[in-house]
Amino acid sequence: MKLPEVAGLALAFIARLITGAQGHWYGSPPKAEQRIYFANHQSHFDWVLIWAALPRDLRAVTRPIAARDYWTKTPLRHWITREIFNAVYVSRERKDDEDPLEPLMEALRNGDSLVIFPEGTRGHTGEPAPFKSGLYSLAQAFPEVQLIPAWIDNVQRVMPKGEVVPVPILCTVVFGAPVALQPAEERRAFLDRARRAVIALREVA
Amino acid sequence: MGSLRSLSTSQQVGLLFVTLFGVIALATLLAFARSFRESNDAQRALQERFARDLRAVWIGALLFWVAWAAGPFVSTLLFGFVSFFALREFVTLTHTRRADHRALLLAFFVVLPAQYALVGMRLFNAFTVFIPVYVFFAIPVISALANDPQRFLERTAKIQWGIAVCVFGMSHAPALLLLDLPRWQERGAFLVFYLVVVVATAQVVQELASRRLRRRPVARAISRSFSWRAWGAGAAAAAVVGLLLYWTTPFKPLEALVMGAIAGATGSLGEFVMKALKRDAGVRNWRGRTSVTGAVGLLDRVAPLCFAAPVFFHSVRWYYAI
Repeated sequence: MKLPEVAGLALAFIARLITGAQGHWYGSPPKAEQRIYFANHQSHFDWVLIWAALPRDLRAVTRPIAARDYWTKTPLRHWITREIFNAVYVSRERKDDEDPLEPLMEALRNGDSLVIFPEGTRGHTGEPAPFKSGLYSLAQAFPEVQLIPAWIDNVQRVMPKGEVVPVPILCTVVFGAPVALQPAEERRAFLDRARRAVIALREVA
Repeated sequence: MGSLRSLSTSQQVGLLFVTLFGVIALATLLAFARSFRESNDAQRALQERFARDLRAVWIGALLFWVAWAAGPFVSTLLFGFVSFFALREFVTLTHTRRADHRALLLAFFVVLPAQYALVGMRLFNAFTVFIPVYVFFAIPVISALANDPQRFLERTAKIQWGIAVCVFGMSHAPALLLLDLPRWQERGAFLVFYLVVVVATAQVVQELASRRLRRRPVARAISRSFSWRAWGAGAAAAAVVGLLLYWTTPFKPLEALVMGAIAGATGSLGEFVMKALKRDAGVRNWRGRTSVTGAVGLLDRVAPLCFAAPVFFHSVRWYYAI
């Protein structure tokens, strides 16, 4: 085993030690199909939690999105996101001639799965913010890729904003049934439906 | 029993484990054989529950064996991990606020390791006062420094309680392993074994008695099964089993009877208190299925021990004046 693999296993172990990181699958079994997981976003810990809750084979093909400016700044950050997580880098400042979703499209064309947080930013209240339109564009461009909603519970208690050391508290990730884009469905209608699918999982959890 | 006493310590301990694993293996075989018979839904549910409990017993017995075989350091470490998981579950169930973050970090990453380090070093006086005196004082200080007065007493009390039950109470089990009683060196495993068997007996008998007797529950809102008579039956059974096991302990028969009654009675009351706590946290029934928080019910299994161990430990220490 190479170093990134070992580091990845160690990280997943620590995440499970601290949060339990239990994945519950309702309506979609954990299969190695190409998927886009979309979830509520409350903490920096969210990605690690989803990643640790996935079975080990799925971790290797499921990639997070990372802000290029922040996550390539120091060699360590760059190494973690590149070698362990195989992150898809996106730049935050918009250039005119560039589609911000292009790196995601590229990854999907390669057959990788993605985890995205369509709220765009971390929320503070219990309710997720309205979804940004990226999910809709991806669903349009890749109709064959499954869109799996996920609800992450309790994670805001593990590491509140401004703290660096996580407190051990059990968290769960609930994965729901796939949401498919209907023919001729409006952008806003689809995004609201996807958001409701995420919120509905809170009751299941 | 005289021939047993003449065996060397390690032979006696070996015999204890052979007997323990033999009994569990026999129970497992019987349960396996039973599973081939035709049964209705209620029986099947009962069988499944029994199989689950048996699995927990297997894990507990293996843990106990590893703890004994690997020496005081590993055994303390193992109990430390059990403590960690129990406290994690406890904190998950109680509602803490953001301002509690530092206090919780203190509880998990300072208090818990320190308490087990004190046990491992056999500093029994320091280990007895560390949490009730120093930590009791430190937790509210850290919480107050976080500058959030809302429900301050309630929040601090919850953290204190979690530490008292999951860390302080639990740490008395490895302390028993390491306790050097006069004329009873290196045989702490028997005391832990005695305690666990006696507490488990009290639980099982109380459960059966409450089903058989159908008495009016003392506190219906908390537990539908707890009645004084069932509790007394559990404690009495614990006393009898304690008496039967007296040869595994440093106690004389009458002492073993009383110690068994004390441990069994406190364990059952401890479980009753944990039921109240679960009701307060809004968890109705989490046995066997993962609940909202993904809690797996470890706390359920160790809570009686957490309550019985300190009382038992200090009764023994007080009685032998050590």
